[in-house]
Amino acid sequence: MNLSLIIFYVLGAMVGLSAIFVALTKNVIYAAFALILCFLCLSGVYVFLGAEFIAIVQILVYVGGILVLLLFGVMLTNRLKGQDLLTATRSKFFGFLLAGALFLVLVKGIISANFVDAEWMQQEVSMKVGLKGFGLNLMTEYVLAFELIGLLLLVALIGSVYIAGKGKEAVDAD
Amino acid sequence: MPINFVLFLGALLFCCGLYVVATKKNAIMVLIGIELMLNAANINLVTFSAFDPGELQGQVFSLFIITVAAAEAAIGLALLVKVYQYFKSSDLTDISDLKG
Repeated sequence: MNLSLIIFYVLGAMVGLSAIFVALTKNVIYAAFALILCFLCLSGVYVFLGAEFIAIVQILVYVGGILVLLLFGVMLTNRLKGQDLLTATRSKFFGFLLAGALFLVLVKGIISANFVDAEWMQQEVSMKVGLKGFGLNLMTEYVLAFELIGLLLLVALIGSVYIAGKGKEAVDAD
Repeated sequence: MPINFVLFLGALLFCCGLYVVATKKNAIMVLIGIELMLNAANINLVTFSAFDPGELQGQVFSLFIITVAAAEAAIGLALLVKVYQYFKSSDLTDISDLKG
């Protein structure tokens, strides 16, 4: 067992543990910060899987963008002074039953699919393709989807500014 | 890299997200759960993309998923801020009537 495999397992275990912490904690702020830890460790896992660009995008978009947005959402939607922001829960038992049953089904499916013995498992090639191949692929074969996703981001940006930017009076008048 | 470990990790992340979405009442927690589920899908795509000869389709797809997740979070939080201004609550069980 070499060092990189140990680091890989540690990062994976931290992803799993922080995801479980998000599910179990009542405090919304703790959940948001545990989610930051989860996504940072997940980007480490992506590096070990040979997806360096996805790892960088994960840090930039999730940790730098979405989670800051979530924390701003917490600040804008709750007026609390000097007390923790706790979330109420409902039907904990059935939620646990649903998630646990789905997890068991997925684990059973993964084990019975037996990917380790599959023929295509023997070739681990993405290390060779690398960042340059990924960029070329993105700008040639997938260029239409790339431009469309840029358009989607623009529309989402304008839409969210329009929705959130109207004053309080406009909301009451609607 | 051990493929089964990563796939189990994706399954665990998805189930944690499902549990959060199903049980928490705060709207921000529900958004957090949705982000967890989207990331679980991303793990699987990136994992299988490592065994894709030369094409890296999984990585391209996961890049698009990340972008859509960003758009979804921005729109969701903008709506949430507006809903909070109207209902004075971010608890999903309080937000139960249309047209005030």
